[in-house]
Amino acid sequence: MADAGALLEVEDLQVHFPLRGSFGARLVGKDVGAVQAVDGISFSVARGEVLGIVGESGSGKTTLGRALLRLVDPTGGSIRLEGEDVLGLREREVRAMRRKVQMVFQDPHASLNPAMTIETAVGHPLRIHGVTRDRADIRNRVSAVLERVGLSPPDQYLGKYPSDLSGGQKQRAVLARAVILSPSLLVADEPVSMLDMSVRAKILELMLGLKNDLDLTYVYITHDLATAKFFCDRVAIMYLGRIVEIGATEEIFANPRHPYTQSLLRAIPDPDPSRSIPRDLPRGEVPDAAEPPLGCRFHPRCPKAFAPCGWEARDLHDMLEQRWAVGGQELFEAERLQLGDLAGLDQPGSRATVPSATGTGDDVATLLDRIREDDSRERIWHGIESITPRPGGAVIEFHPGHDPVLRPVGGAEVACHLYDPELAEVPEQAPPA
Amino acid sequence: MASQLIARAGRAFGPVREARGVPRWIVWAGIVLTLLFVVMALTAPWISPYAFDQYKDASGQRFVKQQAPSSAHPFGTNVQSTDVMSRVIWGARTELKVVLFAVVVSLLVGLPLGLLSGYFGGPVDRVLVLIMDALFAFPYLLLAIVIAFLLSDKFGSGVATAAFAISAVYIPQYFRVVRNHVVSLREESYVEAARALGARPRTVIGRYVFQNVVQSVPVIATLNAADAILTLAALGFLGYGIQPTDAAEWGYDSSRALSDAGAGIWWTGLFPGMAIVLLVTGLTLLGEGLNDVLNPVLRRRKMEPVTLPPRAPQEDRA
Repeated sequence: MADAGALLEVEDLQVHFPLRGSFGARLVGKDVGAVQAVDGISFSVARGEVLGIVGESGSGKTTLGRALLRLVDPTGGSIRLEGEDVLGLREREVRAMRRKVQMVFQDPHASLNPAMTIETAVGHPLRIHGVTRDRADIRNRVSAVLERVGLSPPDQYLGKYPSDLSGGQKQRAVLARAVILSPSLLVADEPVSMLDMSVRAKILELMLGLKNDLDLTYVYITHDLATAKFFCDRVAIMYLGRIVEIGATEEIFANPRHPYTQSLLRAIPDPDPSRSIPRDLPRGEVPDAAEPPLGCRFHPRCPKAFAPCGWEARDLHDMLEQRWAVGGQELFEAERLQLGDLAGLDQPGSRATVPSATGTGDDVATLLDRIREDDSRERIWHGIESITPRPGGAVIEFHPGHDPVLRPVGGAEVACHLYDPELAEVPEQAPPA
Repeated sequence: MASQLIARAGRAFGPVREARGVPRWIVWAGIVLTLLFVVMALTAPWISPYAFDQYKDASGQRFVKQQAPSSAHPFGTNVQSTDVMSRVIWGARTELKVVLFAVVVSLLVGLPLGLLSGYFGGPVDRVLVLIMDALFAFPYLLLAIVIAFLLSDKFGSGVATAAFAISAVYIPQYFRVVRNHVVSLREESYVEAARALGARPRTVIGRYVFQNVVQSVPVIATLNAADAILTLAALGFLGYGIQPTDAAEWGYDSSRALSDAGAGIWWTGLFPGMAIVLLVTGLTLLGEGLNDVLNPVLRRRKMEPVTLPPRAPQEDRA
């Protein structure tokens, strides 16, 4: 990944937020775990490039952006900006570093101080970094940059307060404030998601113009594939704190390889109602980042998951609950009564015991076999190696799971076992052409 | 520079001018009542007929005590032979001096502590909140009496002692309001944006947090001032406030008038009591009015009627 022309290099970046446990747990100093918002992310951004970070809510993309500016402190890994290690900097040096990295926030209405005029707000970076303290000089520079972002004539905007401006104008002012120090990297966290459709394109065009004029590099964080396709040179798809696929924008959109990317692209609404496309969207919700699934983090929702993806006890529990929720009251009562307490299935692990209510494991094994026959297309059966009846319950052995790593496939890098020649002996579906 | 200041002041008072309906009446009634007492306090040496502790006229003749209102003594005299009207007028000066002093001291202590505690959080915040909550839990009058009692050894029973005693009661209130406001502001995008710009904590607190917190100060300061008048009067009434030889004080006068009331001597109690009621009402109206006017949730602005120019005749276009 390390390449000489890179402006920003991120290696194995990790941001974990410790959870606050119960009062008792905190009293005895028990470790209650952490939310793994960003968990081992590596990428690099070349000078002048636009890298898109795309992901659902809760995928950790905003935390990643904030970590790049050290607005949150990463718990591991490294960030190098122009070859300089950002994580080793001390507080004072971090503030100096922020001259080179600027950020644009999602909500333009909230990112300007309501008690500051536009002139003071946009010119404040100049004062903060001691570039100039001369009032006339500041006014000239602010006027010039306001003109550049399309707030002209600048004299009309200098004395205004943020409450006097529209959303688009505010975001222009925020951009002006971000570029007034001519930074080299701009982290834009969903800069247009709060704006009207009509304004979005204009702001994105403005950002592209600024990039060419000022030789900027962007990290563009978004959940919106449409703007990413328009705006980015390369795109990284994030899921639960990890990058699942990264590559050139055209390649990703033309040949999505990771099942998650494929379903994201299929989720884009189609304006033509007569053309119905199969929407095998990921089922369920994004799992809890405090206790992510074993193996590949996407496997419980993946339509193509198979043996090595990291199947485990929690998936079995989810599958049973799902079956009972769909099957109705009678099915639930008939089957639930044969099983004992299922709370033990909530621990992560590749070996689980399904307790029996009657005392013999054979009943449980028979029940599981019947469930398998009912819905053999359920992905979890690919992951179960053996079901052994024992006194008291059935012991279930899952195939050992592996963490997928990013590996080059075609023109992109994908973290999926389907593309691992050692694991994918029987690829059920060839990658789409 | 000057024009900028005027523009800023105009912006600050804009909501008061734009207020309509009931809030407008409340805020203006408060302003008028409060100004009445401020003028009384500032011009006391000229408008008051006698000094506050004067009990003899120029010829050395002692005033008749508990004399009913007359042309020489429009509000009568009290049990100590001093002129009631003079004591009411000079009393305005004492009350406002103590309250101003107390509000400034509580602000100077409560505001910075609240800002730092709210912004940085952590163990310092917990300890400060604990101390302030403990102070809050005290009955406020008892707290004021204890402080006044402790300080009277060092400073005597003058304006400073009373002011410090009252400040101790109100510091926790400012602290809590400011701290809680800061805790919510700290999560605002623009505060994070300021950090992202590379601003030092001092700059972030001073320019981004303080500027927005300070807007809630006028309302609590005025409401607390009204409350502080009552506390000062209560201290005086109980004999722990300002001594009658140091300055005129309405609470003390009311307590001396207690026995007069049964004897049909109404003027010694009525006028100081009315002064307390009117000033407290004035400040409360001002505070509540400001809250209605400044608080964007409650604020209602005037609607300007729009008159469009007459439509141009058809043939002009085309």
